[in-house]
Amino acid sequence: MTQHWIDIKNADVVLIMGSNAAEHHPISFKWVLAAKDAGATVIHVDPKFSRTSARSDFHVPLRSGTDIAFLGGMLKYILEKDLYFKEYVTEYTNASFIVSEGFTFKDGLFSGFDPATKTYDRKTWTFDKDANGLVVRDKTLQHPRSVYQLLKKHYSRYDIDTVSSITGVSKDNLLKVWDTVAATGKPTKVATMMYALGWTQHTVGVQNIRLAAMIQLLLGNIGMAGGGINAMRGEPNVQGSTDHALLYDALPGYHPVPTTAWPTLAEYLKANTPVTKDPKSVNWWQNRPKYVTSLLKGWFGDAATAENEYGYEWLPKIEPNVEYASLFMFDKMYKGKIKGGFIYGHNPCMSMPNTHKIRKALTNLDWFVIGEAHETETAAFWRQPGFDPKNVKTEVFLLPSCQRGEKDGTTSNSGRWHMWHYKGYEPMGVSKPMGWMVVEIMKRVKALYAKEGGAFPAPIQNVEWYEQYDADLMAKKINGQFTRDVTVGDKQYKKGDQVPAFPMLTADGATSSLCWVYAGSYGAAGNLTKRRDHTQTPMQAKIGLFPNYSWAWPVNRRIIYNRASVDVNGKPYYPAKAVIAWEEGKWVGDVPDGPAPPMADPKGVYPFIMHTEGHGQLFGPGRMDGPFPEHYEPAETPITVNPFSKQMSNPCMKVAESDIDALAKNGDPRFPIVLTTYSMTEHWCGGGDTRNTPALLEAEPQLYVEISQELAKEKGVKNGDVVIIETLRGKVEAVAMVTVRMTPLQVQGKTLHLIGMPFCFGWTTPGCGDATNRLTVSVADPNTRIPEYKACLCNLRKADKVTELQR
Amino acid sequence: MGISRRGFMKLTGAGLACLGLKDLGLDPRPAAAYATTLRIEGAKEFQSTCPFCSCGCSILMFVKDGKFLSSEGDPDYPVSEGALCPKGAAFHSMHVSHHRILKPKYRAPGSDKWEEKDWDFVLDRIARRVKETRDRDFIEKNEKGQTVNRVESIFHLGTSQMDNEECAVTHQMLRSLGVVHLDHQARI
Repeated sequence: MTQHWIDIKNADVVLIMGSNAAEHHPISFKWVLAAKDAGATVIHVDPKFSRTSARSDFHVPLRSGTDIAFLGGMLKYILEKDLYFKEYVTEYTNASFIVSEGFTFKDGLFSGFDPATKTYDRKTWTFDKDANGLVVRDKTLQHPRSVYQLLKKHYSRYDIDTVSSITGVSKDNLLKVWDTVAATGKPTKVATMMYALGWTQHTVGVQNIRLAAMIQLLLGNIGMAGGGINAMRGEPNVQGSTDHALLYDALPGYHPVPTTAWPTLAEYLKANTPVTKDPKSVNWWQNRPKYVTSLLKGWFGDAATAENEYGYEWLPKIEPNVEYASLFMFDKMYKGKIKGGFIYGHNPCMSMPNTHKIRKALTNLDWFVIGEAHETETAAFWRQPGFDPKNVKTEVFLLPSCQRGEKDGTTSNSGRWHMWHYKGYEPMGVSKPMGWMVVEIMKRVKALYAKEGGAFPAPIQNVEWYEQYDADLMAKKINGQFTRDVTVGDKQYKKGDQVPAFPMLTADGATSSLCWVYAGSYGAAGNLTKRRDHTQTPMQAKIGLFPNYSWAWPVNRRIIYNRASVDVNGKPYYPAKAVIAWEEGKWVGDVPDGPAPPMADPKGVYPFIMHTEGHGQLFGPGRMDGPFPEHYEPAETPITVNPFSKQMSNPCMKVAESDIDALAKNGDPRFPIVLTTYSMTEHWCGGGDTRNTPALLEAEPQLYVEISQELAKEKGVKNGDVVIIETLRGKVEAVAMVTVRMTPLQVQGKTLHLIGMPFCFGWTTPGCGDATNRLTVSVADPNTRIPEYKACLCNLRKADKVTELQR
Repeated sequence: MGISRRGFMKLTGAGLACLGLKDLGLDPRPAAAYATTLRIEGAKEFQSTCPFCSCGCSILMFVKDGKFLSSEGDPDYPVSEGALCPKGAAFHSMHVSHHRILKPKYRAPGSDKWEEKDWDFVLDRIARRVKETRDRDFIEKNEKGQTVNRVESIFHLGTSQMDNEECAVTHQMLRSLGVVHLDHQARI
């Protein structure tokens, strides 16, 4: 989230798209309704009518996988009707930048595409620079190669007739949403956008979100109270675990993982530390060397020295063109290339796509460790239906994890609030925190290497390790410490002192920090994540900022890019909902994005400090699949003609291929229905925790499928009948819920049916049904490798016999 | 009766001895609160965080003599102001659910059952298997002769269920071992 939960109340328009916030982030809706009570218009765009729709001003159903067409039409509408926020767009975004001459877009493909590797060479996705190395700009926005003009040209194809025909949304409904959102392109009107897995789980997931962010930039809604682009993160600590990068492609704190392209730290830092010649651009990532060096010092302690590049050589290097993400991890496991490993608090036998493959893959392991609170489908894979345990050779360790209330530590909510929770009592049985398991296993691995030696022992010998797991100690190390007596600026610090904030981290080994974004959470003043203070200034109280409650990364800033909420002189665009203001030579309100004076001051800076050029990126050269979002159909689509180009699906999408992965061809008559999947209020993700909590299972006991009355009639199915849903990957039994919540759509002149299913019910809970994800596809977004759970092709029929739902 | 639940608890806390049920009038709400007061009387309050979605609702736990008695939404958390969804409201029952695994379990290759083991057995055995696999499969150089120092045959998946501090030790361990197949629920 660029914002935080309470900030939603400040919006004049709330667009909820790609989320069912009322049911999946129920407490968020408190603030949606607060906005509505204050006069905001709330819009829900989603294939299914839900409790979110019921409390919105209006609900607009659209075909799953057509968000870019919907939003592309909105962007065209905003430009055509001249509804964008001109000063903001000219000053704070890259609309005025001149794009290199070599950049082209033809029939669905941008310049640089290599069909053999399905990747782009992005060298033409750049800007013209002048003799001083500064980006060439045309603030009149008239230059034909200005970002503004290219944007206008790109979306000129997204006319309302085409958009309506492909999305299945009526023209009236399109105009209703476009008008309402576009009306916030004024300084004193603001819209927020709330999304979740409904945007991410597509082969164009990242571009869905980018297009929404681009609209927010055009309307001047980023950095403002009640604005922003708000990822409602799912899992309890998926924000924190992403910050700490339990991900193949990153090191803690959003640094790229080392690859063979960067054999030394010097080469790694050179390639990943951006440089700008523009004195007004903060270019925050110029600080990367300080953060990476401090991370290595935190890991390897005294063994990390300038001479050995702080142990960089010890880190594993991946191959730049090989896939490692979970989808491909299981593909390799299925093919016998992975032999052992760990899963903690995750149930991929339910929550990964094409779970037939995942379940088979695990049986290929020699050994498997799972840290869990319950015996989930993943823990019990060796006795899954259809397998004889005698033939499963895997040695399995099920480690009992304690629950949240039985341990100390922090989690980070979606608004980046970093909050301490306290251990209430000793864990039940001999269950333990997962951190304890990790510390104990590594202690023993270290002891074995110390005694016996082994392959490349240096990192194992040199990693600083712990006698026992101690959340307080780890919180201190995450914040960072001085490793020797040192003077930074005019201040002196002693070895072992806590680092006050990340500006004090250094690249010379004098500091350590296990995740720079958290530096400042645990300084000399103690552990700020424990704060429960409601004190705020009247200005802060007006927008519900709560700066003294817990601590937010970065540096307790509650609204990111807040320098864009003021004009170049530091005056708030929306005084009634000011985030920051320049008053008598200092900033008041939220913690600004850096202490520099307003942009018009000779020492002033551009607001988008994380981008090398300091401007919001309407033209975004960093993505794998294009600088402008383009509509492509889902990997499995019910249609055969993409009206926007000859390119049917995302040319860069990632596909895991094996003998049990199959994709239906475009418009396959055997599978004419679109299936989408989702969560529900009472169950969580794969359901391991919630199906084992009796009250929650009682509230939602069985797998169901939501189908429209029209489809039910067509298929001869009544409410409560058991039906079989079938795709090219498998079959699933579910109870038919015949409902007006699902609506047939008119797509390219034909009636199209959508059905929806939750995915939380699994075989270890008898009679509740089994994994919906046996139906979904092993295909993913090329930027994130998040699979396309939200759209695949299926058919359904009445079941002649009930097995999975038999009680 | 326009009295908040917390205000009521303070009131009854002060005047518990002289306050009978009949004094409470006929409104069932305060009567229900009165019963709760008795149940958690003498209990210590701990603040925790809901382990489900990223609203991160703060939850108050009531613990007496090491026994977890009940939980409720934390009215001081500015986001939830004390509200909870059904999952958050099930915090206590999830903790005390009889379905929980409370001891390490081990399933031998080809076996059709779990066996309960002590921690030392499973931790020692896991460390041994990690070392065996790593020693056997460690790759110092790739086919092009570039230094890669990695092990491809060990994987790690999860965990957004961990606290930040747990994530930090986990990442530290995995990179030290040379693990490259490392991912979690952000990819769901």
